[in-house]
Amino acid sequence: MVGVGMTKIDRHYDKDMRSLAAEAALKALDDTKGADPKAVVVGNMMSSSLYQQDSLGALVADAIGLRGRGALKVEASCGSGGHAVAVGYSLVASGLYDQVMVVGIEKMCDYPTSVVTAGLAQAADAEYEVVYGASFAALNALVMRLYMSRYGAKRESIALWPVMMHENAVHNPYAQLRFRVTVEAVLRSPVIADPIRLLDAAPIGDGAAALILASEEVARKLSDAPVLIAGVGMGSDALDLASRQDLLDPISIRYAAKQAYAMAGIEPRNVDVAEIHDAFSITALLSIEGLGFAEPGKSWKELEEGRYRPGDKPSLNPSGGLKARGHPVGATGVYQVAEIAMQLRGDFPGIKCGGEIGLAMNTGGVATLTTVIVLRR
Amino acid sequence: MRMSPARVWRARGSRYRLEASRCKDCGRTVYPPRPVCPYCRSRNVEIVELPRKGRVVTWTVQYTVPHGYRSKAPLILAIVELENGTRVFSELVDVEPEEIREGMEVEAVLRKVYEDGDEGVIVYATKFRPIKTG
Ligand SMILES: [Zn+2]
Repeated sequence: MVGVGMTKIDRHYDKDMRSLAAEAALKALDDTKGADPKAVVVGNMMSSSLYQQDSLGALVADAIGLRGRGALKVEASCGSGGHAVAVGYSLVASGLYDQVMVVGIEKMCDYPTSVVTAGLAQAADAEYEVVYGASFAALNALVMRLYMSRYGAKRESIALWPVMMHENAVHNPYAQLRFRVTVEAVLRSPVIADPIRLLDAAPIGDGAAALILASEEVARKLSDAPVLIAGVGMGSDALDLASRQDLLDPISIRYAAKQAYAMAGIEPRNVDVAEIHDAFSITALLSIEGLGFAEPGKSWKELEEGRYRPGDKPSLNPSGGLKARGHPVGATGVYQVAEIAMQLRGDFPGIKCGGEIGLAMNTGGVATLTTVIVLRR
Repeated sequence: MRMSPARVWRARGSRYRLEASRCKDCGRTVYPPRPVCPYCRSRNVEIVELPRKGRVVTWTVQYTVPHGYRSKAPLILAIVELENGTRVFSELVDVEPEEIREGMEVEAVLRKVYEDGDEGVIVYATKFRPIKTG
């Protein structure tokens, strides 16, 4: 990885998809010594449902002066960004192209919450879940209630996650929600889908992030501090929740992690810093357990013990995570990889964790489509 | 949702009669039905009707509901484990949120889930209500 760029996550009413994507992509180009990407991979979820816009690859490539180059959009709902990175990686690793641009872009703020919520629900099973009126929060709430019941997890302990995320985001200039919250505030926030409350959920925001990937040979010419993509893994689960073997066993995360760890030749305990998917507090718990940072059913206990803060191994979500950095859904996975690359380079503008080995885990649906990407300095 | 008559008609077996696929090799049943058994990858599957009684595994009370469902807010959604162990996602009806508990016994009923505008398709599906005891 030879260049990264991102925009602040915000309500960008003054920017359309062309200008928002270009802001991040041009920063990534300027972060290199004259990169010339031969193809563009775009991670995005809702351009079709919210903006009636397909062919997004052409929109982005043309907006950044790469008309003529190959381009495509990768969709895996909220996991689109991570999957776009995996596709960009494989285009370079296969030898097809020596340089590839990956751009994650999502605009969500132009429409009322009910419209955006309906768009997000498309991540779930249309015929057997969404037809009942189910929102994405409701599906996650089913998992959270089961988690609390099976493991005896305390509501106030789970609330420690959003508190930590908001604390981290205060220091990140790109974050959407740069304020602190308390456990009491989380427990008093409005119920969206019982037991999920407003402050358990990631906000709605616009954002774009970009990376430039290059073959090892070219990378040394384009950057003084290239970051190595050491491992890549992907995994899926049943689209619907009810037919899953065990709702609390996130197999897509476990499968993706297993591949990525094996490829990088590492184990979970070797990871210094990670950005993980926490669209809801319960998602964070399943991510921590699926990645092997905690035993199944134990991550909430680790939160009680003050784990995963900056300086811990692993430090989790120094950016503030989806919860507070923000979650422009199809762009999130690209933000995560860019943030981890900057952590390893030592130039992340928020909380610096440093380290040798970093990890980014992004998932779409209720841990339905997952990517795990391991980076090395 | 944008519904078409053919789309609704295709799902009549699974939505109205709770049809699932049963694997003739490993014996496991999965809902909604699939062409291949997710447990052993066998293509040797048959359509069976599921039992209409079960217990609540987990549930949520959803306060923010989409357009077209507003008259039913808040929605009570649940995963129900049927008597043969197969799990289904559905809505709980004829019950107040505070009455629900894990393991509560419920039975299937056919109800309207969605009306696509004034002249559009009306979608019916299986929902679950508590079994009244005593
Ligand atoms: Zn089978």
